[in-house]
This record gives sequence, structure tokens and C-alpha cells, in this order.
Amino acid sequence: MIIADRKPFEEIKESVKDYNKIMVLGCETCVAICQAGGEKEAEILASELKLAFGNEGKKVEVNDEIVIRQCDDEFMSDTAFLEKVKEADVVLSIACGVGVQHSCNYFNRIITEKPIRVIPGLNTTFMGANIDVGLWEERCLGCGDCVLERTGGICPITRCAKSLLNGPCGGSSNGKCEINKDTDCAWHLIIERLEALGELERIKPVEKYKDWRPSHSGGPRRMVREDLRL
Amino acid sequence: MKSGSNLEGLLEKGEFVITGELGPPKGTDVEVVKKKAAMLKGNVDAVNITDNQTAIVRMSSIATSKILIDEGLEPTMQMVARDRNRLAIMSDLFGASALGIKNMLCLSGDHQSFGNHPEAKNVFDIDSIQMIHMVKTMRDEHKVICGDEIEGDFKMFIGAASNPFADPFQYRVHRLAKKIEAGVDFIQTQCIYDMKRFKEFMKQVVDMGLHEKCKILAGITPLKSVGMARYMAANVSGIIIPEEIIDRLKGAGKEKVASEGIKITCEQIQELREIEGLSGIHLMAIEWEHKVQEIVEAAGLLPRSVL
Repeated sequence: MIIADRKPFEEIKESVKDYNKIMVLGCETCVAICQAGGEKEAEILASELKLAFGNEGKKVEVNDEIVIRQCDDEFMSDTAFLEKVKEADVVLSIACGVGVQHSCNYFNRIITEKPIRVIPGLNTTFMGANIDVGLWEERCLGCGDCVLERTGGICPITRCAKSLLNGPCGGSSNGKCEINKDTDCAWHLIIERLEALGELERIKPVEKYKDWRPSHSGGPRRMVREDLRL
Repeated sequence: MKSGSNLEGLLEKGEFVITGELGPPKGTDVEVVKKKAAMLKGNVDAVNITDNQTAIVRMSSIATSKILIDEGLEPTMQMVARDRNRLAIMSDLFGASALGIKNMLCLSGDHQSFGNHPEAKNVFDIDSIQMIHMVKTMRDEHKVICGDEIEGDFKMFIGAASNPFADPFQYRVHRLAKKIEAGVDFIQTQCIYDMKRFKEFMKQVVDMGLHEKCKILAGITPLKSVGMARYMAANVSGIIIPEEIIDRLKGAGKEKVASEGIKITCEQIQELREIEGLSGIHLMAIEWEHKVQEIVEAAGLLPRSVL
């Protein structure tokens, strides 16, 4: 799941201060689950903005809307919804960075009367999982060449601060990473898991240089599935 | 000879070697390097030149190594994977070799969050073990890792670090074995204070025959004060300082704490010399270069022979 965190309110307020009609647009998928950008958060943010501008005596219209997924055209194609987008001076999207860009691109493709301004209300933080109530942790960097089969299902690329393929480094202490005592040493976890599985031999050979081309290092990524193309 | 370095030659001869360490200045002050070099000259067989240690920006290890060569000392250039990708490392190694640098140490590098530019993006394209393999490929196959031939000679004595005090303890010796498999020639360990744990580690090393496959130098850092001991134990990754050492420093009193620190160092060196599988000492006298001669002399390791 994509995890995101709301930007500080002052930063959001500053970014929309020049507009009179603001649409706060929530997204009902990943960011709703991590309680950063769903329907409830869109309502709250809209109310906060109304209140803050109202206290300053500024007349601003703030509405909130929600779509199922801002990263998919079909959930944004409703005519009445698009009409509201057109009427707004700015769309404050509280989707992840994908949603912000995709909704912006879609609105500007479909609405031809005027350019549509879409700005972000969240910081997209990582691909991760909900570990406990109010706690999320990063689990995947999307390197494009999964190594989990060799590392006991624990990703060293993501969870080791140095992305070591032949860890752990000398900074591993009592199962924790040298950069932060709240962060588990990924390699400590890998060794424990492989030991329990009786597969410690797996990490004895030297892991060769990683080919980073399938990762972002190879440039912005694109996937074509010919079997799904029309 | 893999590199023709003095360090390699002495180790091959079976001499008990002693290497020192020099941290480059946080700027361009060559005199700082020359002053420290003068204190180390004749007292150690080679000098590690750190590479932006603890992620603090300093004069480059390559340039500082070259200054050392000009001053008549032999450098061991440290190189971290934090700041350079494989292209930059190989390119810098060509440059280092062209400048006469014959020893190097392959390291992952302290995370940038420890240093003075925590906002920086790190690299970690390869790790320290892959770096060892890369340098060995360059030296022994005369190729860069994509397979292209290297123009001209490339020789290097390949070192790496080992920390017997990091966790999980039972895996540390296997990580050393991986460095040997990757092609390391010599190892310098993290500073040793917990002699009991170090002896356990060396027993595993000897049982696996690893000391016959690479030369191992035991890391030592003299403690200048109780404060330094406490700071290192709390803040430097993978350092364990037993309470009895801290008690000895405390017991010496403020006036004599430094000489007690040196006394402890000399005792440690004597104890280390008795341990099977060690080929020398790596003496990291941090900002205490002027004491190196005194320590090495008191440990009975002077004069140093030069090949």
C-alpha cells in the first residue's frame, strides 16, 4: 500500500491562499486506509481551511469531494463531478503523488475550457504496511528485481539503510540499525529468519553487483502488457 | 606481489606489522596532513587515510594519500560505497593507482545521517564486499567489471574491515569469510576493548582457517579520557568498552589518565600478540598522532623495518 502523510496545515494554507474556490479532493484507496487522504480527511481539511480563512475575514469557498481512485480515469469521469472541478480555482488533491499527477493530467485532457490547477496536500512517503495501530513501515522500494526469495522474505534493499546485499554492516547492534534504535537491522532479521528455516547457507555466497536498470536508476519506468492492450 | 606495497611485503615476510591512521583536514590545510604524517613516519608501516569518516566532509582520501607519498609514507586509501557508484570508484581507483597508491580499504561507509550533511542522498550502488570483488577483478583479470580491458597496469593490495563486536555475533566470522571469498588480502578490525569477545572471534577465525587466507590486523584505539571512553561506547557503532577499563581510567585520576590509557594500549598489544591468527596491529590514535611513537616504542615494536 502507498503510505502518505498530510503536509503541515500552514504549508497547505499558504499554497491555496490566492484562490477563492478550493476543491479538496480525497482518494478512497491507499491514502484513505492510512488515514491521510480519505473522505473523512478531506472533510476535516476543508473545514480547517474554511475556519482559518474565515478567521482572517477572507471569503473563500471550500468544498470537499471524494473519488475511489485518483490514479484511474474511470473513477473521475462523472459529468457532475467534472463540472465541479471546472468551477474550482484549484483542486487540492490529498491523494498520493500518483493520484495528484494522474488527476491533473486527466482533468486537463477532458476539460478543454480552461487549464485545471491541481496541487498536493500530502507528502507521499513510502510503500509499506500497517504494522500496528497508527504505525506504518516501509517494505518495498520497487527496485524491479525482487530478491526476497534469497533473503527469507525480508528486503535488504528497502529495510537496510545502506541497501546492502551482503550485510549486516558493522553498525548492527542488538538487532537494531546504527542510524536509529527504533529501526530493526534488516540483516539481523534475515539471519534469524534463515536460521529458523535452516537456510542460512543461502547468504554465504557473495551476492553479486545488483543490476539497477529495472529500478528508477534506469529512468522513469513504463510497463507494457501486450496481452492486455486493445 | 599483488601490489608491491611495503605493507604487503612485510606481511608476506611474516613480520608483525603496525598500521596507523590519519584523518584528513576539514578543508585544504596541507600543513595539518604534513604535521600528522611527520609524527607517524618511521613508527608505522602504512597509514590509513580515512574517506569522509563519520560522513563529515574532509579533504579527499586520494589527495591526502598522495601528499603522504610525497612525505615518504605509505598510505592505505580508504574508500566508502556511500558516496560513489561503481563508475566513480573504478575511475578513482585508476587515478589512485596512477598516483602511486598501492593499498586500499573497501568500506560501506558510515550512514550520512551521522555527519554534517544529513540531507545528502547516498549512493550504495555496491556494498563493501562487492567493492572487494570489483578491485580484485580489476587487478587479477585486468578488466573493469563490465569486461572491458584496463589500459595500463593496475595493482592494489585489497583491505577491508571486520567488526567482531557487531551483531549477530555468531554471523560475524561468516561475513569475514565472505570478504575472503570476494578476494580481500588483509583485514583491519574495529577497535578492540572487549578482549574476551575478540578471542572468541579469533578462535572461530582460526578454526575455519581464515587467518591463512588473509592477514588480520587487530584494531586498537588508545583512550585519552573517561569521557572519550564513555562517548565511544555510547556513540560509535559496534564498540563495547568493558567497565573495568573505564574504572582503570577513572582510578588513574585526571593527571595520569592519558598515561594510563597508553599503558592499557600497550598491555592490549602484548595480549593481542599472543593470539593465534593475528598478523599485526592497526593503531587508530584519533587526534593523538603525537603519542604514536611513545606507544609503539613502549610496545617494543620499534624500529620498523622497511623493504
